Amino acid sequence: MLRFVIGRVWQSLVVLFLMSLLVFVGVYAIGNPVDIFISPQTTQAERAAAIAELGLDQPLWTQYFRFLGQALTGDLGRSFAYATPAVTLILERLPATLELAVSALVLSVVVGVPLGVWAALHRDRWIGKSIMGLSILGFSLPTFWVGLMLIMLFSVGLGWLPSSGRGETVPVFGVPLSILTVDGLRHLLLPACNLALFNTALVIRLTRSGAQEALLQDYVKFARAKGLRRPRIIGVHVMKNILIPVLTVIALQFGALIAFAIVTETIYAWPGMGKLIIDSIRVLDRPVVVAYLMLTVTIFVLINLAVDLLYSVLDPRVRLADLKG
Amino acid sequence: MTAHPEDPARSLPPAAAGADAQAPLETPLQRFVQGYRSSTTAMAALAVLALLLLLALLCPWISPQNPYDLSVLDVLDSRLPPGERSGDGKMIFWLGSDEQGRDMLSAILYGLRTSLAVGVSSTLLALALGLGLGLTAAYAGGRAQVLIMRLADIQLSFPPILIALILLALTGPGLGKIVIALVAVQWAYYARTARSTALVELGKEYIEAARGLRLSAARIVFRHLLPNCVPPLTIICAMQVAAAISLEATLSFLGLGLPPTEPSLGLLIANGSQYLMSGKYWISVFPGVALLVLIVCINLVADHLRDVLNPRLQTH
Repeated sequence: MLRFVIGRVWQSLVVLFLMSLLVFVGVYAIGNPVDIFISPQTTQAERAAAIAELGLDQPLWTQYFRFLGQALTGDLGRSFAYATPAVTLILERLPATLELAVSALVLSVVVGVPLGVWAALHRDRWIGKSIMGLSILGFSLPTFWVGLMLIMLFSVGLGWLPSSGRGETVPVFGVPLSILTVDGLRHLLLPACNLALFNTALVIRLTRSGAQEALLQDYVKFARAKGLRRPRIIGVHVMKNILIPVLTVIALQFGALIAFAIVTETIYAWPGMGKLIIDSIRVLDRPVVVAYLMLTVTIFVLINLAVDLLYSVLDPRVRLADLKG
Repeated sequence: MTAHPEDPARSLPPAAAGADAQAPLETPLQRFVQGYRSSTTAMAALAVLALLLLLALLCPWISPQNPYDLSVLDVLDSRLPPGERSGDGKMIFWLGSDEQGRDMLSAILYGLRTSLAVGVSSTLLALALGLGLGLTAAYAGGRAQVLIMRLADIQLSFPPILIALILLALTGPGLGKIVIALVAVQWAYYARTARSTALVELGKEYIEAARGLRLSAARIVFRHLLPNCVPPLTIICAMQVAAAISLEATLSFLGLGLPPTEPSLGLLIANGSQYLMSGKYWISVFPGVALLVLIVCINLVADHLRDVLNPRLQTH
């Protein structure tokens, strides 16, 4: 067990190290930030001073080791565009992204689970088939296009909901949240629906196949034989058995939601870290791009590590197979 | 998976028919055709897909104008609604025109071609890479296998859009770069499937026979193993083309994909999105509809392909 844990932690560290190397060296290919952040009208001396201040005059490997050392202490450089530390900039935007991702996650479970169960109960009728058809559509539709269509329908056409920004926010423990004000909720609704779309389709499929299997089990027959009502059989007996695998997959999908928030945030001008990274790539704000990529990759590596370790505790076959391979 | 009725027939031809991957596909192909006849949805999707492919291939000859020849564009024709006649009265903009006076129908046909070209070429390259690495892992075993499969595992633990974003953020936009990013996103799927299929096939008698004949490793891998590993990969290929087209459109929409000189459908949608708020819907909506029809058709065809090729899923 210890060998497995050490192996997995080591692997995570190797991934992080390779990632830092790849990100850092790769960012040099974007362009020359000297030309972008220092005005052509400045004198040669001012220019050299600015380059030295930004640390751009050092050799690549010196810059890398300085970067790595600082990264370990949580300092990933200062944004060229905002002149504030890149990590602070990203952490400021993190609550907005998390709020959006959590809302989308909740929405996809609240909508997806009942629809999935419904589709399983009526699998051969038109309602079951149309729910499954909708879920195929949910997989097929590109998120960004649905986002635009939602804006066109609800903001431009009907004028019901705003199409950009976060609206009014309320600070909760110092973190601004939109969900607690009516105006904020109105701003949140469209982006959350947009982001939830793919996940909802996934939840529908998982729930349906789980429920279909569960409905054939003996305990359901027994419950029926006992004379229990159908809502109780489905709501208690079936639900209990299908929710665990569904929730596991959903938890794993949370990282994907944060990644996909990039698209939704760009469309709805939601001031989260996804919009920040796209804006930063456009203006070649190198430290912010590096900080975003490193932070996101770290989040993913940690999620994956946690899941791997949890699975190996729950299922010994995982770690045994791994040691053999 | 291991022993369905077609197996003897599938494993016989390689020696006779050579490295041609068509021969082992023959039986599933017949089933495929039969299976398709029974499903109207799949037939309709296939027909629409064929039509779209034809339109994309023939676009230089059938589109009303060459949308990237600046000499035929007139700024006075910009942002005309669908069905409007151009200023000189020569042509009708059936789907409207964009901000540079470009016919949307022509732009969509050319965009369709770019999207399909990027999607198909990246999928084929990823297939070649993944198949090669997967077969190497299965045949060589040992360290090569551990390294390749661990790499695939690590990569599959990240969502595709994040991998593509990392690569494009580092390399900048461009046609070649987006193809590389899409290949990097996809290869692991093929490598995994190719390896697991190859491991099953390697345990079969025809491989043992080939080894007994002291055939070279290259000959065993390319003429005996490879043709038998292709069928399961065709399904993934079909699904991945749709995923690749969708991802490319998303990246182009974000401004990370193709340059404006070679606009795909995603870029056309992005260009039109700024006019959406002022009610000029056609610049964005029609390319979107084209993209949607393309992706849904490929998915329907692929979905049915899976049902037809997978005997375990055959319910009727």
